[in-house]
Amino acid sequence: MMPACTDPDALEGLAWLACYLTTGKHMAFYTSFGTVLLLLAITAPAALAFGFGGAVMARSRIAPVSWIGRTYIAIVRGVPDIAFFLFFVIALDQAFEWLRHQAKCPDWDQPIRQGNDFVVCAEAKLPLSTAPQWVHETYGFALAVLTFAIVFGAFAANVLYGAMRAVPRAQIETAEAYGMTERQTFRRILVPQMWVYALPGLSNLWMVLIKATPLLFLLGVRDIVYWARELGGTKTPQFTDYPHGDWRMWYFLALLVFYLAFTKVSEVVLARIMARLTKGQATAGGEAQRKAAA
Amino acid sequence: MSCWETIADYGLRSLGIGERLLPRSDFTLCQQVVLIGSGMIWNIYFGVLALVTGFALATAVAVGKAQSNPLIRKPSEWFIFLFRGSPLFIQFFFAYFAFLSLKSAYPFFDPFTSAWLGATIVLFLNTAAYSGEIFYGALLSVPKGDTEAADAYGFSGWRKFRRITWPTMLRLAWPAYTNEAIFLFHATALVFVSGFPARQQKGDALYYASYFADKTFNPFVPYPILAGYFILLTLVVISIFGVVNRRLNRHLPQERRTRPRFRAATLMR
Repeated sequence: MMPACTDPDALEGLAWLACYLTTGKHMAFYTSFGTVLLLLAITAPAALAFGFGGAVMARSRIAPVSWIGRTYIAIVRGVPDIAFFLFFVIALDQAFEWLRHQAKCPDWDQPIRQGNDFVVCAEAKLPLSTAPQWVHETYGFALAVLTFAIVFGAFAANVLYGAMRAVPRAQIETAEAYGMTERQTFRRILVPQMWVYALPGLSNLWMVLIKATPLLFLLGVRDIVYWARELGGTKTPQFTDYPHGDWRMWYFLALLVFYLAFTKVSEVVLARIMARLTKGQATAGGEAQRKAAA
Repeated sequence: MSCWETIADYGLRSLGIGERLLPRSDFTLCQQVVLIGSGMIWNIYFGVLALVTGFALATAVAVGKAQSNPLIRKPSEWFIFLFRGSPLFIQFFFAYFAFLSLKSAYPFFDPFTSAWLGATIVLFLNTAAYSGEIFYGALLSVPKGDTEAADAYGFSGWRKFRRITWPTMLRLAWPAYTNEAIFLFHATALVFVSGFPARQQKGDALYYASYFADKTFNPFVPYPILAGYFILLTLVVISIFGVVNRRLNRHLPQERRTRPRFRAATLMR
């Protein structure tokens, strides 16, 4: 806190606002923007990995594997993602605890589900009840990341599945003519060539992912939505040095502006990446670039 | 208690008709199916109302964005950017708290803080922006030959738009618009988790599903039920939109008819 802020009652106008916006709780609010960025930074590659796995499975020649891949892709389509989020956060938690329970307490003879309770032995609890607070918070965040990765992995799988099929057949045949094995063709031709076809879908997915980040709030993480509600609510002089009315509307306006700026910047960056990837490709975009250069 | 009694008690619970108290213990499968199904009434209400009203505004916004006059084009562009560039979840929160502030100044805004009106307005504006962008894209790809033929036949102004441009735009936009409709119905599940209160526990399907999941601590029953209802709703939407699509394309020779492909790549917003 700045030294000028020691007596908030005496402050007025801009000075008051400056002091108000630098309180400890506001600092926590600003850090939570970092949480959102961290979530995106971890989730995007994780979802891409899930998506890649899903796409490869859906392409598999072994029927059951292909079914699993296709089901994974198809099921996300019919159901709201929010339902998946709320489901997975509890389901994953219980699944992990159950697995640990099986491993650590083999001679436990009571049922896991007793009426309306889910009971595992104390050693199997995740995180352990003795663990410090930060472990609990990290575990909650990790569960959220995994949930996001599973849901958006399905979307990514669909995009990549389509992109792999869009790579011109002639390029694959050329690779075969050069005597490459199936594995070599996949690694050296299919995967490098598919990105230009995948990028429009993946950019779209990135935008959807950005706009899904406020759902972290529903998964119990102290994110920007949590803090905006917390800080914006009416504050009376008894509990704070900076009393104010119901300002939640303004806090959420700030979040709206943040997201608008974020999506705008992403749009510009993605357009540049697309221009880079299009270079020399046998697509309409690549053709346009060649004509412009000539 | 038989399942029929449960249906009588809870079938319209989401509208406040029937048993007042929700079941508190010994939840049966029937209770979960009936209550979550009862909540679907709200999802369908939000979706249908926003879709119907949003359609009109979307057409206006699309035509506005295609104008050369910046006084009309710029507001349309900003409207689309504003609602497509920010999360619906935050839009709900902002609108709810904005209506709350307005209500304290003007009692007229009292109904706006309820989900039935406030959330519908947000969904209406949101879907208008997304569909507006879809329609705008379709408007730009209306074949030049079609409009030239219209000119040759002496169509102009409103009649040209009504008889030639608009039907072609709809025909081209329809597959993408179907996906938007599906997404709109999915988005209705956000209403009661984003600020708007479910007064007297009158909530939507997700509200009841999470109620059961919290009470039983078992997500493996209520959420699959919810998923089943939504998949059913999605199939209904696809078949209704399919009927419209066939009508929009009925003048085309068989092989040129575009069959809508519902791939998730185009399904995303």
